Amino acid sequence: MGKEIERTGIPVTVMCNLIDVAKTVGSNRMVQTVSVPYPLGDPELSKEAEWQLRTSRVGAALDALATKVEEPTVFPSKF
Amino acid sequence: MKAIHYINQFFGQIGGEEKADQTPIFHDGLIGCSMMLNGMVKPEIEVTNTIVCGDNYITNHTEEALKEIFAFLDTKEFGMFFAGPAFMAGRYGVGCGIVCKAVSERYHVPVITSMNEENPGVEEYKSVAYIFKGGRKATFMKADITPMAAFAKKIAKGETLLPAAQEGYFPRGIRAEIPCDTMAADRVIDMLLKKINGEPFQTELIIPAMEKIPPAAPVVDLSKATIALVSSSGVVPVDNPDRIQSASAQKWGKYDISKLDHLPEGVFKTIHAGFDPAAMCAVPDRGVPLDAMRYFEKQGKIGKLYDYFYVTVGTGTTQAFAAKFGREIAKELHDAHVDAVILTST
Repeated sequence: MGKEIERTGIPVTVMCNLIDVAKTVGSNRMVQTVSVPYPLGDPELSKEAEWQLRTSRVGAALDALATKVEEPTVFPSKF
Repeated sequence: MKAIHYINQFFGQIGGEEKADQTPIFHDGLIGCSMMLNGMVKPEIEVTNTIVCGDNYITNHTEEALKEIFAFLDTKEFGMFFAGPAFMAGRYGVGCGIVCKAVSERYHVPVITSMNEENPGVEEYKSVAYIFKGGRKATFMKADITPMAAFAKKIAKGETLLPAAQEGYFPRGIRAEIPCDTMAADRVIDMLLKKINGEPFQTELIIPAMEKIPPAAPVVDLSKATIALVSSSGVVPVDNPDRIQSASAQKWGKYDISKLDHLPEGVFKTIHAGFDPAAMCAVPDRGVPLDAMRYFEKQGKIGKLYDYFYVTVGTGTTQAFAAKFGREIAKELHDAHVDAVILTST
């Protein structure tokens, strides 16, 4: 899905857990998520910690959209 | 079982390139290579008629050509349809593909053709027809018709059909479950031993080679950009108004979030059947991070979060459907002047 969107010139950051799968299917900008059942959260964490985690990963994904890449690139997140 | 055979102007004995605009001709009997085909499929199948059509006409006037062909086929009884072989002839191959696809959709009969791997018709139509791997030119006529006929007889007799590679046609992208006498653990160890010994082995789950898309240019100024959320997490309004399938999805939905700061529990949920949905149903923003995007919008990090999010279910969904969803969503995003996308998947 992301590939077809990117083909039309719109940059896409794929946020997923299995980064190798995203690489295999040809994603160019990637941020790893926490897990499959809760990609951008964690029911084990406090509300504050979960918010920090979510904004950190989404923030990294947004920064990736503004970054020039030459090849499939995984962008790290602080939390 | 009766069958009908489609061929082009050249093999239909009308003429060469100068006759490529020929409109469909419907023969009461058989001409040209239809006779060879009929000889090979007997006695289980009888090829009753040959349809001849010019390659330019079928490819440039597809709608009219199919209308004429349907008008003829509607009056016929047949349980199978053949086209070609088309060898390396590009327009002929595409013509066979067009007709096979249309006949399969309208009459729900098996459609069988043959093309060389270089024929552009293969890539376009291999998923909708049995396209046997054929030779480059007409000297392969007999060699190419033989496997088409043998396969057709198997269908007519109701025999078990083997995977594409064994039958000799181009894989259609269909995965079938087949019973196996050896358990998976034994098979995987056999495979591993072969790999270690440098022997050839065949994976049971072939991942198609992927086309690479060059990275799109980055957003110049995030603080002025409109960003859209797209997701395969299956997060939808609780009543799933578009009835998106929980697995092997065949559609996507778009939902208005312009007045929301987060996705409330009980208003949204995930219908994804590929994982335990409890955590995402409790906090749908864990799948589609509307709250975080709204936060960054208020902070001025991004210009605007687009008013709708797009969503489908990623589990078991074929690449063909995923690509279709992507193309359809991309068109909407362009129309809405969206600059970039965050795609969350599970």
